[in-house]
Amino acid sequence: MSARDEMLARIRTANAAAGAGPTGRLVPPVEVQHGDVDLFCENVADYRATVVRTREGEVAGAIGRVVGDLGIGSLLVPAGADPDWTTALGPEVSVLQVDDGTAISYDELGAVGATLTSSSVSVARTGTIILDHSAGQGRRELTLVPDRHICVVAARTVVDDVPDAVARLAALGVEQRPLTWISGPSATSDIELDRVEGVHGPRTLVVIVVDDD
Amino acid sequence: MHLREKFLRAKVAVSGANFAVAETGTLVVVESEGNGRMCLTLPETLISVVGIEKVVPRFADLGPLLTLLPRSSTGERMNPYTSMWTGVTPGDGPQDVHVVLVDNGRTHVLADPVGRQALRCIRCSACLNVCPVYERTGGHAYGSVYPGPIGAILNPQLRGVGSEVDASLPYASSLCGACFEACPVRIDIPEVLVDLRTKVVEAKGASAEGVGMGAMGWLFGSAGRLGLAQRAATLAGRLSRGRMPRNLPGPLSGWTNARDLPAPPPETFRDWWMRTHDADGTRRDGSDR
Ligand code: SF4
Repeated sequence: MSARDEMLARIRTANAAAGAGPTGRLVPPVEVQHGDVDLFCENVADYRATVVRTREGEVAGAIGRVVGDLGIGSLLVPAGADPDWTTALGPEVSVLQVDDGTAISYDELGAVGATLTSSSVSVARTGTIILDHSAGQGRRELTLVPDRHICVVAARTVVDDVPDAVARLAALGVEQRPLTWISGPSATSDIELDRVEGVHGPRTLVVIVVDDD
Repeated sequence: MHLREKFLRAKVAVSGANFAVAETGTLVVVESEGNGRMCLTLPETLISVVGIEKVVPRFADLGPLLTLLPRSSTGERMNPYTSMWTGVTPGDGPQDVHVVLVDNGRTHVLADPVGRQALRCIRCSACLNVCPVYERTGGHAYGSVYPGPIGAILNPQLRGVGSEVDASLPYASSLCGACFEACPVRIDIPEVLVDLRTKVVEAKGASAEGVGMGAMGWLFGSAGRLGLAQRAATLAGRLSRGRMPRNLPGPLSGWTNARDLPAPPPETFRDWWMRTHDADGTRRDGSDR
């Protein structure tokens, strides 16, 4: 008998001995609710991320201003990002296009000024942004090692609460992709339950919220 | 920065997981600082060690659980980072992924009709933060990685009540119920504590306390026996004329170390009642009319 069989047998015996617990669906199906975008912006800002609101067609300008204000010299852009987004950058900014095959060392990544990505789903009530690391969002290390993350959130991707986001991810069929849920810049609350910023993840998070036209 | 360097150079990482989803094979790590993300993303090999109680049936079950955990844990709307991954994603993160599912006493807990609810715990620590015992003893007193009220019911179940610390943990509670009130997954910790006390007593077998309690039960079981015993006690009290010992001998001295042994009264309540009351319960001297 393999360890796995042995364990499964023990679980079955235990369940039989104690009387089976609840079976079937534990959580009723969720009908995804749209999120309040104002609330989303408020909550993201409350976690000390910078929020910039803009409209469809004006995203490049907004990105250009953010990059200029932060004095970013090199901007990493994963393959699949909207090519228009980088059209309003100053001449001093070098753009580093990275596709799935591009090898890039952690030292190089650490030296990048910022990474610019899109996002998959966001949560209004918690100010959370979820990346599924598909096209336009890049593999996980691209938004982990650099010290700044500029993330574009389309207003129509904002859902109400956490269960809505879980349901939306399943509806998009991305549950088995790597998923990163980000609520504000890196922080710890382990010490006396006070949120302290900047430990391991990017220390600067700029969220560009694009309202639908 | 030193730690960051180590993260960037490490070839193998070992992680736990907060949840594991049966339906999709997804593992979930809920964290604050980003060290979890570093560990799950940068090394070539990832080994995740996960207790079998972390397995939830469906992806949708994460909805309520991820809502509850940060709010009960640190009071935040949401923790800074939550990572989910399902096996290997080509070109992204560790390319060699292992999951070790750990039983280590958990199926034993699962087989217990009362104690199995402890496996629902999502390790939010809300019960620790409200526990008056934990507040004073601190985590080390629980002799395990699981401290506080949940530790007091989990450790004796996982390890058995054989050791001194595990046998004492079910008693490390006033049964005030603050933990039950705070628990987001409604684990009735006081209920399990009381159940475990029974197990500790049963495991000990015959003890002086058990014998004493048995004798008391026999005595209180019959009015005649109780009357005789009371009369013997008052007689002893009268004969010793106030020179009754104040401390009990032997193992019973523990009780009288901090308390005086009460002197038996010269008359028992029942004798007093019979002397002063008629058969219908009215006072002979009429003072209750
Ligand atoms: S027993 Fe309940 S309150 Fe305590 S840590 Fe577990 S889930 Fe949280």
